[in-house]
Amino acid sequence: MRQVYLDNAATTMVHKEVVETMNKYYGNLFGNPSSIYDFGQTAKKAISSAREKIASVINANPDEVYFTGGGSESDNWAIKGVMTANRKKGNHIITTKIEHHAVLHTCEYLAKNGYEVTYLNVDSDGLISLKALEESIKDTTVMVSIMFANNEIGTIQPIKEIGDIAKRHGVLFHTDAVQAFGHVPIDVKEMNIDLLSASAHKIHGPKGVGMLYVRKGIKIDNLIHGGAQESKKRAGTENVPGICGFAKAAEMALETMNDKMASISVLRDKFLTEIPKKIENVKLNGHPTKRLPGNVNFSFEFIEGESLLLYLDMEGISASSGSACTSGSLDPSHVLMAIGLPHEIAHGSLRLSLSEFNTEEDVDYTIEKLIGVVHRLRQMSPLYIRRK
Amino acid sequence: MYTEKVMEHFRNPRNVGEIEDADGIGQVGNAKCGDIMKIFLKIDENDIITDVKFLTFGCGSAIASSSMATELIKGKHIDEAVALTNKAVIEALGGLPRVKVHCSVLAEQAVKSALFDYATKSGKVIAGIEDYQPDEDVHDHDDEQL
Repeated sequence: MRQVYLDNAATTMVHKEVVETMNKYYGNLFGNPSSIYDFGQTAKKAISSAREKIASVINANPDEVYFTGGGSESDNWAIKGVMTANRKKGNHIITTKIEHHAVLHTCEYLAKNGYEVTYLNVDSDGLISLKALEESIKDTTVMVSIMFANNEIGTIQPIKEIGDIAKRHGVLFHTDAVQAFGHVPIDVKEMNIDLLSASAHKIHGPKGVGMLYVRKGIKIDNLIHGGAQESKKRAGTENVPGICGFAKAAEMALETMNDKMASISVLRDKFLTEIPKKIENVKLNGHPTKRLPGNVNFSFEFIEGESLLLYLDMEGISASSGSACTSGSLDPSHVLMAIGLPHEIAHGSLRLSLSEFNTEEDVDYTIEKLIGVVHRLRQMSPLYIRRK
Repeated sequence: MYTEKVMEHFRNPRNVGEIEDADGIGQVGNAKCGDIMKIFLKIDENDIITDVKFLTFGCGSAIASSSMATELIKGKHIDEAVALTNKAVIEALGGLPRVKVHCSVLAEQAVKSALFDYATKSGKVIAGIEDYQPDEDVHDHDDEQL
């Protein structure tokens, strides 16, 4: 049976070249970068080189890039570290209702410990209001944390405009760029980004490694205390294979970014135009154009997402949904709720996230199978049958 | 995540559809929570369930639970059908994940609701559901006990 992997926003296949790079540092070059002998220094040099490569993806200086254990750690560190280090300035943080849980739950934790959090609304396309952002900034505001692009609906925020507002008001701007890093152009200088989180495994790199960019001069407390690694900002022996694999993946992502943005968005747009033509009662979630090149998200009325995923899986198609049954909670995804979807429409959502490994045949195959699966589930649905 | 039996019933659900001239119809759940089950019963003069069909909006275990419940009551006397418990549905399915137990509760309630409808229409009293409240919210996710 054909296997079509369309869950690249969850994780991606690791590039062969990345595995080869990593194997070197699991093999002969296993030294500890903190060791002074030549063998350790080889590993240290590898990390320096990796830092340069990662920095070049976002136009940062290498000494502004700190390696972490992944996107969630980066988000935790950015928010907790900045809020506690700048406690004298204030206790207010502004974020949005559609952030990843790594940001939302960190903010909820801060709120329980004497901090004040403002959660900005988004419109039906998932965009924040710049006016609302500006109006919510007050004297006690320390930072704004707004994601670059949403993991579920793919909407890309007006990052440069947000950065300009933050700069104008003297507040720090952190962006969770886990879904955007290596996929779309990012320039931290031009966009006035002060802190940025990224993860390796969304760009065909390894799991368990990420980075936090921290603009030089920003006050941030440590999250992980211990040894002097990462300029004393993040303790723990460096994940040398992971870091080198991350850098290799980032290097490849940067080299091919323009071509991939073009080719992957062609596949995305085929989904976006064909699905509403071939299946009735569907709704596109996320912005029609300001969205990640690889993100497709539709709600199919009268059916539920988990059963949709299971039937697609039976056809060899791997996808994702924001239904309650797949989120492990009572409610459908907070993102779909925030863009104003009624519960029953949110339950029927399907996210397809593409990568460079997908082909037009994958798209055609998926649409064909989707038509059948949606029809089959609707024939079982009392909501659909009653309607007829 | 699911047992082979659940997947088998999900892949090939039994008794899907409607019965035009059903003697009893029961619907439980709501779209907000993400699952609705509707059960149609055809019942003969001896109170035997001769045919049963279902329509379900819901996740894999909701569909499998509906399918299994219809199998368990087909050909049975209404007194037997009314005694169907969610535990019996779970057992017949070889188990359900804890967070999905409410699907089996919904299946039990859908059957009872359809039987209550039959009892009301036919003027009969079925022991066990004399005081059945078809509109009662049976969909309490927080009170899930296996």
